[in-house]
Amino acid sequence: MTANDPSPNHLQLTREGQLRHFLTLDGLNRELLTDILDTADSFIEVGERSIKKVPLLRGRTVVNLFFESSTRTRSTFELAAKRLSADVLNLDISTSATSKGESLSDTLLNLEAMASDMFVVRHSQSGAPHFIAESVTPGVAIINAGDGRHAHPTQAMLDMLTIRQHKGGFTGLKVAIVGDILHSRVARSQIRALNELGAEEVRVIAPGTLLPRDVESLGCKVEYDMARGMKDLDVVIMLRLQNERMEGALLPSEREFYRLYGLNQAKLALAKPDCIVMHPGPINRGVEIESAVADGPQSVILNQVTNGIAIRMAVMSMAMGGQMAERQQKQMNSEGARS
Amino acid sequence: MSLGQPYGSLKITGGTLFDGMGEASSNPGLLIQDGKVAALGASALSASAEQSFDASGCVIAPGFIDLCCNLREPGNGQKGNIATETRAAAHGGFTTVCASPETSPVNDSSAVTHLIRDGADSRGAVRVLPVGAITRGLDGELLSDLAGLKNAGCVAVGNGSRGIRNARILRRCMAYAQTFGLTVMFSPENQALAADGYAHDGQVATRLGLLGIPEVAETAAVMEMLLLAEETGVKLHLSQLSSARSVEMLADAKRRGIQVTADVAMHQLCFTEDALAGFDSRFHVRPPLRSEADRKALVAAVQNGVIDAIVSQHHPHDSAAKQAPLPATEPGLSSIESLLSLGLELVDRGELGLAQLLAALTTGPAAVVGLSPGLVAGAVADVCVFDPTAHWRPSAKTLLSSGHHVPVSGRDLSGRVRLTLVNGHPAWADAG
Amino acid sequence: MTALLDINQLLDGLEAGLRRILEQRGVDTPALIGIRTGGVWLADVMSKRLGLAEPYGELDISFYRDDFSRIGLNPKVTPSSLPFDTEGRDIILIDDVIMSGRTIRAAMNEIFDYGRPASIILATLIDLGARELPIQPDVTGRVLTLDAHQRVKLRGPEPLHIELQETGQ
Repeated sequence: MTANDPSPNHLQLTREGQLRHFLTLDGLNRELLTDILDTADSFIEVGERSIKKVPLLRGRTVVNLFFESSTRTRSTFELAAKRLSADVLNLDISTSATSKGESLSDTLLNLEAMASDMFVVRHSQSGAPHFIAESVTPGVAIINAGDGRHAHPTQAMLDMLTIRQHKGGFTGLKVAIVGDILHSRVARSQIRALNELGAEEVRVIAPGTLLPRDVESLGCKVEYDMARGMKDLDVVIMLRLQNERMEGALLPSEREFYRLYGLNQAKLALAKPDCIVMHPGPINRGVEIESAVADGPQSVILNQVTNGIAIRMAVMSMAMGGQMAERQQKQMNSEGARS
Repeated sequence: MSLGQPYGSLKITGGTLFDGMGEASSNPGLLIQDGKVAALGASALSASAEQSFDASGCVIAPGFIDLCCNLREPGNGQKGNIATETRAAAHGGFTTVCASPETSPVNDSSAVTHLIRDGADSRGAVRVLPVGAITRGLDGELLSDLAGLKNAGCVAVGNGSRGIRNARILRRCMAYAQTFGLTVMFSPENQALAADGYAHDGQVATRLGLLGIPEVAETAAVMEMLLLAEETGVKLHLSQLSSARSVEMLADAKRRGIQVTADVAMHQLCFTEDALAGFDSRFHVRPPLRSEADRKALVAAVQNGVIDAIVSQHHPHDSAAKQAPLPATEPGLSSIESLLSLGLELVDRGELGLAQLLAALTTGPAAVVGLSPGLVAGAVADVCVFDPTAHWRPSAKTLLSSGHHVPVSGRDLSGRVRLTLVNGHPAWADAG
Repeated sequence: MTALLDINQLLDGLEAGLRRILEQRGVDTPALIGIRTGGVWLADVMSKRLGLAEPYGELDISFYRDDFSRIGLNPKVTPSSLPFDTEGRDIILIDDVIMSGRTIRAAMNEIFDYGRPASIILATLIDLGARELPIQPDVTGRVLTLDAHQRVKLRGPEPLHIELQETGQ
């Protein structure tokens, strides 16, 4: 007995299969993910022009709704929206409304009164963007900028763009994600994207305390031993380790973690010679990764920033386009019904 | 009981009769007089009555008994009250509900128990049996005045959905309750293992990044409670089991002669962790919905009688309580009105027999709280008449509960309660 | 009808027209830009015919279309590529067919985002009339008037030819 349609697609896609919200990579097929990457490629070219703006979202209002502060992610979304010619409003809700006891629903009602066209949502609770997408007026696009431990789809897609730039594609790739998988929304989205785009093997390398239950069901193999896990890798993605993981007996110490799961040149030498090293940032040098590796020739950590803006421009314009096409369709239908 | 006027005498004819004692038989007639079952069979048919009810095509059963229902009274009224929620219960075919001690204030004193009983007497549509809080404020630290609660009319004591963290206190709770022959009702959950979780620690929680409550949070608590019950000799009732392993331990304990009974919420028999897939906050329930294997084992345990009762675990909420991101919502479904229909779907699919479903709603729970229901001459006329094939659709219009977060909405359900009699009084009569 | 649409004849006309206007304006080193897809094929041909040493540019106007708010984003957008600086340059903008003029408006907006050109010469192979904006080609291969059920399309790149389609009545 299923309670409702469990696929998120009825929420994310229009009837014609266009993106209208961007909440999770679950349910998005390879063709759509490839369209996102291709569109982002075009926006990278725009970023190289003297005027780095296109008029797609001219006259539209984008609200960055950050219930959990993150200057870095917010800045790339802000820049992406501005390069699409949108008006941008940054709201750091973590310090205002909801802490005064206003409910999320009430906050949304107030924001809708500002006639916004898009909310970019970052929230500490898994599923918050889904909830907002279900609650807002039709026509407003919701972009997930990271929710709880659930998903960080734009981060994962920018990583895919980086991988594609260096490896040409995904077929046959062996990719490992190392570190705190349990708390990582990025890892969940990356595993999903890599599987859908056709990577040959996705490994997660972590101690048992940092792996979620039934993690293999996401589409990955578990490896406790990093030396074994590095073998034949094309891509290694290092996750950030939060300091508070020492509390609650998840890990004994940063030192032991670094010794077992930190990436240094010796461990990297076990991977393929052209293996690239990625990190969603910000980096804890000496905790997840050695400086010589982070700054080394195999590191692609820096150009992930350029890709971040392009990916966000792509999903924002695609989702806004889907919303507007849907609105147009409805209008035509209602006019058709009248005449 | 204020709802409806007594019929004086009522004759129900036709349909299939489950008398609560054994198998079903066709019903020539059932005569109800002065709140009691006056006659059955041919003698009832020939008797004259002021009113009659044609139950052709319907099932006539003893009124259902719910061991776990939240009436939200005393409380601030936003989520419901005795009047709304007992009417909802009657709509669902229930004639008796056990009122959870999780009220505001908590039912940890005879004064609150009296308040609930007075409210039920003046405004309740069905029989209300209060369950007392075994610890003060349900805090799991200080014992409540159990003798006083018993004298005030509590049929059992428990700690609501809140566990007792400290095993030494749990042991003392059981030993003290045993002194008065009180049944203790506990939802088994090891709080340290459940931590901040709100979903089954399995594939769906992993994919959606939800904080998990591992199965072992329940099984570790079940084992601890069974051992303590065995040692103290208390009558233990395990409320709302959710896992296959718990069922195994329960069956084993029963075989060993431990005085233990158990119930399961209907939604645990119908849904799994997959119900959360779209972050559907309605299915944020506690204990969480677990795997398909767990669901099957729970259904089998009802079928073979290892689990004694099916409960609604009715949790009416105001809409704001469910309108938030899933982790921020309050747990619980508004379930009491659709419980029968969901049970009949299990019967239709061949997972559960109709007789077993009805036993788990009547004789099973009755034994836990010391009632003896049955449609026999001289018995109290608590009756439910339902048409298993008639349809209804849960909606704001059809629901009587203040809570509209029902497990199934937007489609028709089969199984419509035509008539609910409490003490021979109509607590619910289907107008449609 | 096919005689009317002989591709080589049209290309000859386009080339001659471009040479004439370049001479009139005294432009020696124009920068050539084709609008994707048909315009790019034409840019390839004209670049060779005019003997331009510099590679031509390719424009994908998806990000500048004024019907974005009606149909959304073209899912198959590819990056524009202008391998020269547009600032101060004399530009030949080339497309296969001009009708409403909206594509040209979008293309000019995009070109200006690369830098301010000194001038733009617009060349189109076929002019179908039916303009909605005050934009006219400086050079055109042929002016055509189609019936409501007719569509014209440039096919290519090898061989480049013009297709006249009779659509459903």
